[in-house]
Amino acid sequence: MVQPESYAEVLSHQPGRMVSQGSILTNSRWMATLGVLSLTAVVVGLICLHFGAQPIAYGEVLQALFDTVSLKDSTDETSDIAKTILLQVRLPRILLGFLVGCSLASVGVALQALLRNPLADPYVLGVSSGAALGAAVGILFGVGTTFLAETALPACGFAGGLLALVVIYRMAATYGQLPIHSLLLTGVILNAIFSALIMFITSILEPNRSYGMMAWLMGTLTAPTYGSLVALIIYLSIGLFLLFRHMRVLNILALGEESARTLGIDTEQAKRSLFVLTALVTGAVVSVSGMIGFIGMVVPHAVRLVIGADHRLLLPASALVGGTFLMSADTVARTLIAPTEIPVGIITALAGGPFFVYLLLWRKDRLA
Amino acid sequence: MSGTSQHQAIGMMSSDSIPLLGRGSAYDVESVRFRYQSNESPAARWILDNISFHVQEGEVLGVVGPNGSGKTSLLKVLARLMTPQQGHITLFGQDLSAKTQREVACLVGVVPQDTQMLFPFTVAESVLMGRFPHRARDRWIGGFGWENREDLAIAEQAMMTMDIVHLAHRSVPDLSGGERQRTVIARALAQTPKVLLLDEPTAFLDLQHQVEICSVLRRLRDEGGLTVVLVSHDLNLVSQYCDRILLLDRGQIVRLGGPGEVIEPEVLESVYRCRVLVDRHPSTGLPRITLPGRQLSGEN
Repeated sequence: MVQPESYAEVLSHQPGRMVSQGSILTNSRWMATLGVLSLTAVVVGLICLHFGAQPIAYGEVLQALFDTVSLKDSTDETSDIAKTILLQVRLPRILLGFLVGCSLASVGVALQALLRNPLADPYVLGVSSGAALGAAVGILFGVGTTFLAETALPACGFAGGLLALVVIYRMAATYGQLPIHSLLLTGVILNAIFSALIMFITSILEPNRSYGMMAWLMGTLTAPTYGSLVALIIYLSIGLFLLFRHMRVLNILALGEESARTLGIDTEQAKRSLFVLTALVTGAVVSVSGMIGFIGMVVPHAVRLVIGADHRLLLPASALVGGTFLMSADTVARTLIAPTEIPVGIITALAGGPFFVYLLLWRKDRLA
Repeated sequence: MSGTSQHQAIGMMSSDSIPLLGRGSAYDVESVRFRYQSNESPAARWILDNISFHVQEGEVLGVVGPNGSGKTSLLKVLARLMTPQQGHITLFGQDLSAKTQREVACLVGVVPQDTQMLFPFTVAESVLMGRFPHRARDRWIGGFGWENREDLAIAEQAMMTMDIVHLAHRSVPDLSGGERQRTVIARALAQTPKVLLLDEPTAFLDLQHQVEICSVLRRLRDEGGLTVVLVSHDLNLVSQYCDRILLLDRGQIVRLGGPGEVIEPEVLESVYRCRVLVDRHPSTGLPRITLPGRQLSGEN
């Protein structure tokens, strides 16, 4: 065993050993990782702009973006049509996909640390269906057709998501740490109850409205107006900003509640605010895009395997990867059998579901 | 560290010869009663029943007792993880219940019984988390709170103390039980606490690391004035390494004193309800407990 020097002696020497082994997260690794991921997101975004029912050449894509940024009018008519498709249809939809993916992955990271459970995800836990029920109730009472739609539906979703989280929280509080199977069972039951209520609401709506609701529930990204995109960005940036301020707290909470308290965290207060924030973000996302599943579970899990568990990097990196993933999945959804579109929720569920089964069957050791 | 010199050193520090008078007390526990409350059984029995004692500053206090005697509950009450229904606890003269969790965390490090880790934090990251209570105040960069050079130095010091520097880059869930235990102790040391509370710190450790951890605790006490409260089932370990021993039974203090006063056959037999043999440790002279063993028939 190494004979330690006094603390003063250690303070005077260069603490280089741990850093050089890459064993802790450093500022430079943080910047490099997020830089690469941001760049990837931009490149993938451009590729997604290119693809569609009618591919648009990359040169035109860049030109259109450049023209918009520099407020220049384009010259000929054919590129005007392409530009309209790009800017009014594809770009807002891709941005929406990115935002939704970011949010779902971030919420997944927070829930996994909070419940100390790598399978936690807003979809699996029933938070998404709670939010969907909230939004469906809002639609039933006509909120969707009023001028309030863009601000009130996310609020309805927030209320529904919070309801689901309160139930989960009560369960977790009763049993101490919620064992994995109880957690999944809670999610199954909540999903069943909320789905039944959503079905009920769908069945009493007029046929054309109920069709729209079904499409929305399956998880669809429809090209939003820039107005609703801005409303969503405001909601999400508040929620995500506050969530991101908990990155270190998530690290400590991941140790378990008791250890977190011995390290000086007021766990009750931290849990309350994190639950409210995750419900806020999930509610806003579900109210615009329906129930897109498994991103919140698969993305954080995969990212954690590569970059480690420190939430100061895990949370922003998962957000970027989640956004990039959903943009790509949505591009597949709208081009695979174009001009017919598949709900993107089907793509993510087909990609994420098998991964979930894999975790449950072969990584039991990690699920405690 | 070499085994023989440690043993001699410990031998010279027999509990009865250590002058604890004149130092302040780390904890003053006054008639504390605690029980788990639930709706089903509002009048559950007291887990801690009218307990009063003092923990002297700079002593190693061992807490022993049969299963369910309230050892872990006592530790959790001292760590402010649970609040007693009755009684009063002060930490360095200040009311424990009036302190925030963070203030307590700057003074008291806790090593829990269960050291399971679910997420793949590295050993170094895990130890660095011990710096959290000291750095929780940076509100605006609260999300990031990069550790500064001092934090790194203290964490590295703690890792050297626990002999885990070579594991720095390893993922905690992949470690053996003993390595994980040492990581958790290092994290508690990185809090630079004045008091260290440990719950069965040697449960998963082999002999070499049991001796090492106990010697480290003694050294931190001697050199840094660290106060240690150690819950253990291992009466021999407690007898050899603790200045004083607190013997609990059914939530009450049976005896509190030096190893010679507590480790007595009659006392232990009445508490543990089985026969034990107590003799002297050959090199330290402190009491040593042995189970009676099976009857060897037909020999001699």
